[in-house]
Amino acid sequence: MDGLDDIVEEFLVESHENLDQLDSDLVALEQDPDSRERLSSIFRTIHTIKGTSGFLAFNRLEEVTHVGENMLSRLRDGELALTPARTSVLLQMVDTVRSLLTSIESSGGEGSVDVSAVVASITAAMDDVPAAPAPAAAAEPAAPEAPATKAPAARKASAAKKAPAKKAPAAKAPAKKATTRKAAAPRAAAVVETPVAEAPVVDLNPVLGDPIEDDNPTMSEPVEEPATQEPAAEHAEGESAPVDQNGQPRRAVADSTIRVDVDLLDELMLLVGELVLTRNQIVQNVARQTDTDLIRASQRLNLIASELQEGVMKTRMQPIDHIWSKLPRVVRDLGLQCGKNVRLEMEGRETELDKTLLEAVKDPLTHLVRNSVDHGIEAPEDRKKAGKHAEGVLTLRARHESGQVVVEVADDGAGIDPAKLGAKALQRGLVTAAQLDRMGPQDILQLIFLPGFSTAAAVTNVSGRGVGMDVVKTNIEAIGGTIEVESEAGAGTVCRLRIPLTLAIVPALTVECAGDRYAIPQISLQELVSLDAEKAVNAVEEVGGAQVYRLRGELLPLVRLTDVLGLTSERHDGHVVIAVLRSEGRRFGLVVDRVINTEEIVVKAVGGQLKAIGLYSGATVLGDGTVALILDVQALARRALRTETTERQDSQNAAAHATAASETERQRMLLAAIGGGRRVAIPLDTVTRLEQVRADAVEKVGNREVVQYRGAILPIVRLDRHLGAYGETDREVLEVIVYADHGRSVAIVVEEILDIVDGEAAVRSDIDDLGLLGSAVLGDKVTELLDVRAAILAADPAFYNAPAPSATTPQGVPTSLLEV
Amino acid sequence: MTAPTDIKAAATSGQLATFRLDGDLYGIEVEHVQEVLKSQGLTRVPLAPAAVAGLINLRGQVVTAIELRERLGRPPRPEDTDAVVIVVRLHGEAVSLLVDSIADVVDVDASDFEAPPDTLEGQARDLIRGAYKLDGQLLLALDVQKAVSA
Repeated sequence: MDGLDDIVEEFLVESHENLDQLDSDLVALEQDPDSRERLSSIFRTIHTIKGTSGFLAFNRLEEVTHVGENMLSRLRDGELALTPARTSVLLQMVDTVRSLLTSIESSGGEGSVDVSAVVASITAAMDDVPAAPAPAAAAEPAAPEAPATKAPAARKASAAKKAPAKKAPAAKAPAKKATTRKAAAPRAAAVVETPVAEAPVVDLNPVLGDPIEDDNPTMSEPVEEPATQEPAAEHAEGESAPVDQNGQPRRAVADSTIRVDVDLLDELMLLVGELVLTRNQIVQNVARQTDTDLIRASQRLNLIASELQEGVMKTRMQPIDHIWSKLPRVVRDLGLQCGKNVRLEMEGRETELDKTLLEAVKDPLTHLVRNSVDHGIEAPEDRKKAGKHAEGVLTLRARHESGQVVVEVADDGAGIDPAKLGAKALQRGLVTAAQLDRMGPQDILQLIFLPGFSTAAAVTNVSGRGVGMDVVKTNIEAIGGTIEVESEAGAGTVCRLRIPLTLAIVPALTVECAGDRYAIPQISLQELVSLDAEKAVNAVEEVGGAQVYRLRGELLPLVRLTDVLGLTSERHDGHVVIAVLRSEGRRFGLVVDRVINTEEIVVKAVGGQLKAIGLYSGATVLGDGTVALILDVQALARRALRTETTERQDSQNAAAHATAASETERQRMLLAAIGGGRRVAIPLDTVTRLEQVRADAVEKVGNREVVQYRGAILPIVRLDRHLGAYGETDREVLEVIVYADHGRSVAIVVEEILDIVDGEAAVRSDIDDLGLLGSAVLGDKVTELLDVRAAILAADPAFYNAPAPSATTPQGVPTSLLEV
Repeated sequence: MTAPTDIKAAATSGQLATFRLDGDLYGIEVEHVQEVLKSQGLTRVPLAPAAVAGLINLRGQVVTAIELRERLGRPPRPEDTDAVVIVVRLHGEAVSLLVDSIADVVDVDASDFEAPPDTLEGQARDLIRGAYKLDGQLLLALDVQKAVSA
């Protein structure tokens, strides 16, 4: 008979729920060791498990929980004080119980899980305190609690019938046949599982009738959690247990809920998705009709379908607290392990999202939390040094925002230093120096999402085990979400996840391109820009062949969807429609032919052949029945900014045979004429500013020329003289390249600034002269590569002896070549 | 030459749903065929392999359509003729094949089976398991699995 199996299964489900609650309770208890209520709640949970395991003949489980219960009862009665050591032992016990349960789940038996060690350590932790029989003491705390609040008569009547099902699990004597189904859905137990629940009803009524009546008044225990979360509070184990404290309110909540198979909800969701599509179709068709009755009916259909969709979505929603509730334990254990003091704060724990998404977010979120504790928050001493409270604060925030759920993991730790991060990325060969130079701090932060990037200096038990931020990112993107990171050095880091409310139905923008329609998920869409032909001519500019648009002063790179898809645009009137999209922390503009509509779309899977293209995240059926592809914005961005990737790969290849020469070759160069037809290239990353200085502003200090510049005296080197070229000396305005390092600056005077070029493809030779590193072909002309260090020393011999202790060379100029 | 064991494995008796393509008669196991539809509105998929003709809406389900002419290396279908869509179900996933026209369901006998003629050229050779010698014509047995894995 599988009735027994049902009982075991119920026991497992319930015990797992209870254990999760137990974790948070124990950690909370540490903060507030005197909370009797929490202790009682913990006690009851363990007690329930113990009772049921005894009845189901899981002896080792019973043994462990029994000693745990002993210790808890003494803690609760104040005979023992709760020390961190004791908390740890208790948590250890919870873990053992968990592994026992897992073993029972997989094999049906307790397997080979060893409990003696835990039993021993719990006993040890209890020390020499005399073994007081738990039962006697147990009843006390319950009794003095709260005089009657109320017990509505009507409820009592129904309680008589329901209670047995609930109370049964722990009841030892005649009640042993009962299922442990309770908190979440006693009604479900009664309805769905009648065969199991019925028997005890008969048995128990006489036994339990009284205790129930007695219990009802005592309801002052902390029932802040929703019913599904509440630990097993119910056992009327006549002689011993704390007299059942679960009061009427919880039962009322429980009565109003029902357990439903998730598969059924999935099925419902699918159907609602189809309904929404059909609705779209009907509404679209009816819009062309004149029959008012039909129009009215379709409007109603529209409304009802929307409400139904919302309702069904709600059934799948669960508060994010479901996954957060495990985190206090994670943070506590990690904090102890890393020797850090971390307080976890949660805001918006009631924020709801789809169950499937919740599951998908769990691991990434845990990873982010671990990261924050391990790397984000500093050790207490460091924090004190930095003038912060020794206790670090890790804040989890969740909220709904424009149809999405935003989840933040914020710490008040050291923050991420873009410079350090950049250096690391450079060292790993993930970016080139030139690329790094052009990146803003925000761009640099995004580097942590690159595969193969980990700032963990060493592989610790906690982090650096190969599951990096890139995996977090991949997982989040797989559910249509996005992740971004913000950090302020010294003040902390915030990781922000944006997750769609639900996977199945997403709001999307439909656009037209080359006669076909495509859907773009709203989650990536920031705004739309439409330019008429006249405006577009001026507003769309080109930078080195790449189109950009100035969006409120910021350059927005433009990507033409037709180009990406290899199609030809059908728009010939010069209008430009730009969808401003955000991906991986950067924005770009997708140029489409036309914007059609915003529509709720149902994401349909596409076959393997189409997934392999890597541009479409799926397909959908639009209101008129045609199929539209859903663009994968992340993939699109990656493809459109492919050059970036190629460069990155180039640099990795180059790093393999990282000769000094290959590095200089790759730099961006500033080209300047120095007179006599000679051209000099100066690595751009050593240049701070380009200025013009009036020739009569040049003054003399001894033999050296200087100029007053921004309140300082700036030594000058005339490059023509320095390199032995002779240009015009009677110019009124001097072109000056300012180079600064460690608070000292020099001005390099050239005849004319010509251009900035990529030194990459240049042909180099070692034909050189004094003050040069060599020569190269840049922009079809032979160009001399300036030895910046020598030139600077000519102007300011003390430049590199300046305060900075470490010999700083101009960035990117290899030391080996500086000895010219 | 195909090894004898292969011939044996491929030579099965049973029912084949047959269709015409560029003048030839082809057949696929009838149990794979879910339904046959008239020409459908196709949504093209840029950058997809050439054999992917597009996506069709099959009562709310999005199904990939494979152009069998392209797959078998035949010339494109004449402009003025509509394709017929055969929806096949493999491993629970629906895929559709575009063919010229649908023909009968034919009972075939393993004894009539022969390996593909050596003259059959490359692309098609991989997709055709062999031929059943029917009265008056040859029925080419198409390997559906391979045909849809464009």
